[in-house]
Amino acid sequence: MREENGLFQKFEIAGGDFSRAGSVSTKIKEILKEIGIEPSIIRRAAIVAYEAEMNVVMYARKGEFSLYLTPHSIRMKIKDEGSGIPDIELAMQEGYSTATDEMREMGFGAGMGLPNIKKNADELAISSEVGKGTALDVIIRLNQAGKE
Amino acid sequence: MSQYFHSIRIDPDKCKGRMKCMRACPTQAIRVRSGKATIIEERCIDCGECINVCPSGAIVPLTDPFGELTKFRQTVAIPSPALYAQFGREILPGKILAGLKKLGFDDAFDLAFTCGEVSFAIQEYLREYKGPKPLISNVCPTIVRLIQVKYPDLIDLIIPIDTPREIAAKDIKHKKSKQYGLPEKEIGAFYITPCPVKMISIRQPAEKGKSYIDGALSIADVYGPLLSAMESVEKESFRKALESICILGIGWAMVGGICRTLRLKNSLAVSGLTEIIKVFDDIERGKLRDIDFVEAYSCAQGCVGGSLTVENIYNSYNKILKLIETLEFEKIKACPDIRQVRKLYADKYFFLEGKIEPRPLTPLDKDLGKAIQKRKEKEEIYESLPKIDCGACGSPNCLTFAEDVVMGKAQLADCLLKTAERMKRHET
Repeated sequence: MREENGLFQKFEIAGGDFSRAGSVSTKIKEILKEIGIEPSIIRRAAIVAYEAEMNVVMYARKGEFSLYLTPHSIRMKIKDEGSGIPDIELAMQEGYSTATDEMREMGFGAGMGLPNIKKNADELAISSEVGKGTALDVIIRLNQAGKE
Repeated sequence: MSQYFHSIRIDPDKCKGRMKCMRACPTQAIRVRSGKATIIEERCIDCGECINVCPSGAIVPLTDPFGELTKFRQTVAIPSPALYAQFGREILPGKILAGLKKLGFDDAFDLAFTCGEVSFAIQEYLREYKGPKPLISNVCPTIVRLIQVKYPDLIDLIIPIDTPREIAAKDIKHKKSKQYGLPEKEIGAFYITPCPVKMISIRQPAEKGKSYIDGALSIADVYGPLLSAMESVEKESFRKALESICILGIGWAMVGGICRTLRLKNSLAVSGLTEIIKVFDDIERGKLRDIDFVEAYSCAQGCVGGSLTVENIYNSYNKILKLIETLEFEKIKACPDIRQVRKLYADKYFFLEGKIEPRPLTPLDKDLGKAIQKRKEKEEIYESLPKIDCGACGSPNCLTFAEDVVMGKAQLADCLLKTAERMKRHET
């Protein structure tokens, strides 16, 4: 991947800051719109970005969201310092959630986060270490939009 | 010839370039160049925020003058239910409609009745709908434009039921043309509008070639003459006047009216563009999937808050609310026959005639690679700016200024602070 030819932007996410949650995914969406990415792809990218951002807000102290954009793909890397995921396979199941009651009351933690990311991504890699943090690497391909 | 019709014009002779409009514009559609404000047409959604803040009266809403009536053999006034909220509590719709006839219309039609029918149609549609949610109401043309321009990915969520004003005008023209043996084009259907944006849905409908409405008169223009015309309207008993009001339809004048009178449990009612943008952002993130229906109006409090209304908007909101409460309390339900509506619904009577297409803004470049490069440049320029959004350059904020520079529409030297900084450095 020739990331050096593309656009690279990095955003900080503060864990536990629910009032600003969603601001990173909104920015990413704006960028993709300005560039003229197809609406259906923007929608997928926005959902991935939002769910990943929310995971950091809910389960981590802080996180870093990197966006790499080339004419071929949207790549989002999200790395956090937090509790980590003990059983990734289990976390990938729809409805599985470790959210607290408070989070659920606010409408989060329905256990759809990771499954939703997977559904909307073309490629997804997760690595996690309990007590240390989680790293997501998501790729959405732009093949269609890249064609002339 | 521009591609898009707008109901807002800036009079360059009156414009003093004071930038209030530029700062108020929610879609960053205004620039002030060489001391005069100009509108970037593809960005404008006709919300009218600029009209409300212009200190020079230079931004003019475009509505039709009374004289338009003479172009037709038969004329019908179709007032927005927001007109019913403009007068004192004892003045009910019946009297207002009678007053309109005295003003010179051959007939005046109670749009609240059609609103009631459309409420039922919405209920039917929501009941059988299985697709992605929430559905969004389309009664406010600014909201439709906002979605077309800034939220093209939400376009399929716009409910495909036509607006009451279009359905009513279509029906009236059909009936009157039969009644008088005149061609439909001789029947003039005039909407009495609380806002200029309805003009664009008449002149350039989002989904079809031509509107059934022939023109729009502003509530503000009609108000004075109507007030005196109503003086000579015969008195009707209050109770009797109440009994002719469609409770389902009257609520369309205010935000939340549809949800309340239909008793929709899982719905949201939002008004004011800043609030709507927050809600649409949440919909885009997939956060409001469990909501069935969103009633959204660009003006605060709904249509009663339109920029062409006269009464204080909270007062008129309250008048409609109290009217609904009275009707609920008195158990008055002068509404369309639901069986009749269901029949019409099955015949597709209420559906939009065309599809609303997205109208996304022109990207930074047609070529994806170049667009990415330009977005990079924009970010670099933005990082070098003071980020205080002073607007002195003539662009509404530093981020749009950075974009204007990248697109060659502004020059970096237009930033006063940057230029001052450079001069200081030269001195030292």
